[in-house]
Amino acid sequence: MSELDGIISEFLVESYENLDQLDRDLVTLEKDPRNPQRLASIFRTIHTIKGTCGFLGFSKLESVTHVGENLLSRLRDGLLFLNPEITSALLALMDAVREMLTRIESTGQEGDGNYAQLIATLTRLQEAPQILLAEVEENLSLRDQALAEQVQISEMADESTVVNPSGLLQADEGLPCNQQQADLTPHAEPNSESVTSFSQSPKATQDTTSTGVCESSIRVDVRLLDKLMNLVGELVLARNQILQFTSSQKDTAFISTSQRLNLITTELQESVMKTRMQPIGNIWNRFPRVVRDLATSCRKQVRIEMEGKETELDKTIIEAIKDPLTHIVRNSVDHGIEPPEVRLAKGKPAEGCLYLRAYHEGGQVNIEITDDGAGINAENVKRKALERGLITRDQAERLSDRDCMHLIFLPGFSTAESVTNVSGRGVGMDVVKTNIERIGGTVDIQCQPGKGTTLKIKIPLTLAIIPALIVTCGGDRYAIPQVSLLELVRLEGDQVRQEIELIHGVPVYRLRGNLLPLVYLNKELQVENHRHECVVDALNIVVLQADDRQFGLIVEGICDTEEIVVKPLGKLLKGIMVFAGATIMGDGRVALILDVLGIAQHAGVVSEVRDRSLSELAAKIQDRQNTIHTLLLAGLGLTGRIAIPLSFVARLEEIPTSCVEVADGQEVVQFRGQIMPLIRLSQLLQCNDAIADQDKLQVVVYTANGRSFGLVADHIIDIVETTLDLKPSTRQHGILGSAIIQQRVTDLLDIQGIIRTFDPGFFDTCDVAAPNHV
Amino acid sequence: MSASLQYCTFFLDGLFFGVEVQNVQEVICYQEMTRIPLASRAVQGLINLRGQIVAAIDLRHRLELRSRPTDQYPMNVVVRTEEGPISLLVDEIGDVLEIDENLFERSPETLKGVARNLIRGAFKLKDQLLLALDIEQTVNISTHPN
Repeated sequence: MSELDGIISEFLVESYENLDQLDRDLVTLEKDPRNPQRLASIFRTIHTIKGTCGFLGFSKLESVTHVGENLLSRLRDGLLFLNPEITSALLALMDAVREMLTRIESTGQEGDGNYAQLIATLTRLQEAPQILLAEVEENLSLRDQALAEQVQISEMADESTVVNPSGLLQADEGLPCNQQQADLTPHAEPNSESVTSFSQSPKATQDTTSTGVCESSIRVDVRLLDKLMNLVGELVLARNQILQFTSSQKDTAFISTSQRLNLITTELQESVMKTRMQPIGNIWNRFPRVVRDLATSCRKQVRIEMEGKETELDKTIIEAIKDPLTHIVRNSVDHGIEPPEVRLAKGKPAEGCLYLRAYHEGGQVNIEITDDGAGINAENVKRKALERGLITRDQAERLSDRDCMHLIFLPGFSTAESVTNVSGRGVGMDVVKTNIERIGGTVDIQCQPGKGTTLKIKIPLTLAIIPALIVTCGGDRYAIPQVSLLELVRLEGDQVRQEIELIHGVPVYRLRGNLLPLVYLNKELQVENHRHECVVDALNIVVLQADDRQFGLIVEGICDTEEIVVKPLGKLLKGIMVFAGATIMGDGRVALILDVLGIAQHAGVVSEVRDRSLSELAAKIQDRQNTIHTLLLAGLGLTGRIAIPLSFVARLEEIPTSCVEVADGQEVVQFRGQIMPLIRLSQLLQCNDAIADQDKLQVVVYTANGRSFGLVADHIIDIVETTLDLKPSTRQHGILGSAIIQQRVTDLLDIQGIIRTFDPGFFDTCDVAAPNHV
Repeated sequence: MSASLQYCTFFLDGLFFGVEVQNVQEVICYQEMTRIPLASRAVQGLINLRGQIVAAIDLRHRLELRSRPTDQYPMNVVVRTEEGPISLLVDEIGDVLEIDENLFERSPETLKGVARNLIRGAFKLKDQLLLALDIEQTVNISTHPN
């Protein structure tokens, strides 16, 4: 019996493949229904399946496919003409066959499904006189022709969903159909203006699988390939260890042999990776059918175009993104693209376009899914998120429109008014995001309201073996994936002090004119530096790219670049966002692999927009409220207190009252060769208990753009570091708000506002960094 | 006849512990560990176990016992869990004992703290108590640093 089992499983594998091919063929055929080769090939495939089922004793399968074969034979011979009803019936036939095959696979029997209805439909379709215009014109009288027209029109009305080529051709031949797609024949000019902005390239509908039928190929169990990958991974590790030994060897024969081993291993690794690479077209090929079925049931018209079908991905990645991509495509058709009437009213073509694009870039695979639908309405999204309690009102107010997009990735979110069996249950996009992130990818969404939406997915090409830069920090080694590495900068001696600048306490480095935020690895990992902080004579900056942001990671030492095998961290450590995995170095010790995006997020370098979940966003907003501000406290009058952010204070000066002069109606002093205007804060803020004239003035000097202002307080109290819980000012000009500092109510000065009162144009020419948002 | 169980035993700060032997993959001597910054302090580091990277949990810390003296190197008891092997760091390895299951008694209700979850109970051996460690609970550490 086992021999029969072997035959049956081969039959199943082949039939599944054939069915997939048939799906594609049928959808393509719809657009070009007279293509004889395609019809013949479809017929042959069904015929083969029928034959084999008969031989294996699957009588139900046989009877179903037999009817299908009859129908197809009439189509092939030109006695019947393909129309949507027939296409749907044939697709239903494929589904039925698939169903039975699945049952055979699991139980060995066809199952007891009732296919009488299907068989009846297929039989009816064979015999019912389809309105074939050629026949009509030749054989029928005028009255019958009018009747035929009427039947056609009503059929059109019923099936006015997908592009209907048969309808088109008949429209061309004179039927008074009010078809918008009249221009959209398969042979249309690529640049016909009535089509959407994407020119319809004939290539998009071509089947890539029609070529290379006779290529020699062999079927291999995926598990075997996995095993091969693992072994190659281990070989790479062993090779790394041998290479370590060669550096200490003098024996030239040994060195040259290990070099040879090195080369062979690299080639082997590349080749094995290739065996697992498959073109993304394998997934995409099922989308035309998905889109067609979905558009039909939603009563919309959608065209799908693909670019980059041959872009190759590792099989595990393909498996992982299959479902997410399907979900996104369904979403676009279901929610994104509007019904034809709505589109026409907006001035868009009635047929929507779904554009898929895939390409390799920077060691990653980029997949873009664009639709020219309605886009995502930020207000709707916010409202829904609020309704479902996914964000608070506070957070909702803070969100920019751009950030709103990312709300759709929250679990439990859905803007669908009604739940269809397609989408709307709110379990979709967060699962999509999770699945993609699980393989190390990122998802981003952009849209233009009214114009369309684009989803961009980026996935790293290789999962297992990657080139990495080894760095040290705190005495340990860490690996940084080279794909994120932009460049290395080394600062020595004086440069260390001079070229690292502080902007509001955040260290940055000017890299060819651009400000690069700096992150100290030892601080992020909370490990001690092995060299004393003060005696830093050289700094190594590793310039990294996370998402679209660049930042510099300061490490202790830089070692080599190596190819490392990425091993996942166990469940225990998965939650630590700064590590992407671990690897075994040449000397057998374990080193951790840094997750560049994780470090950027951990250090706060990447903005909240890029955060992976809104709860993190909420936490960050909370954190900002808790940030420590450094303030200068000064007294006004006997009891008043003011605070000035220390970043605004250039100097504190004590100036004898006698030095105050008057110029241009304003009090000024001579300060460092300049005329510096004085602003008496107690007068400005109308302090009632101002202290009488003192001998010396306490002046807080604010300098920007080469000019200075002196703010006169009555006495300087202290410099504090504190969190601020600010009650915003409603009444007094010159004050941002009040807070309790050192148990006293203190007013926070609005320095910019004050200075603008005296010199409105002061900040227009300034290139000073914007003050901290308090 | 009552069933007898086989336990792999070890010592921690003078206390005598054991885990069922079928859960133990192997027992090996001290392995050099790579520390993991930002991880829970109970996780002491990662070891290279014949090409596989295995996390090592410091049982002393996990059971809130005193820290190991710095000159003492722990041994590794590598146990099997759902997510793969995990190493438990212990002071010294004991023998594999055959124990009558009747000698087992659950922990008293008054036992508080971490031990409550991690110790299933004790076997009343002739001259000492063998504390039965619950492996699943032991390796179930939250990833937030302590």
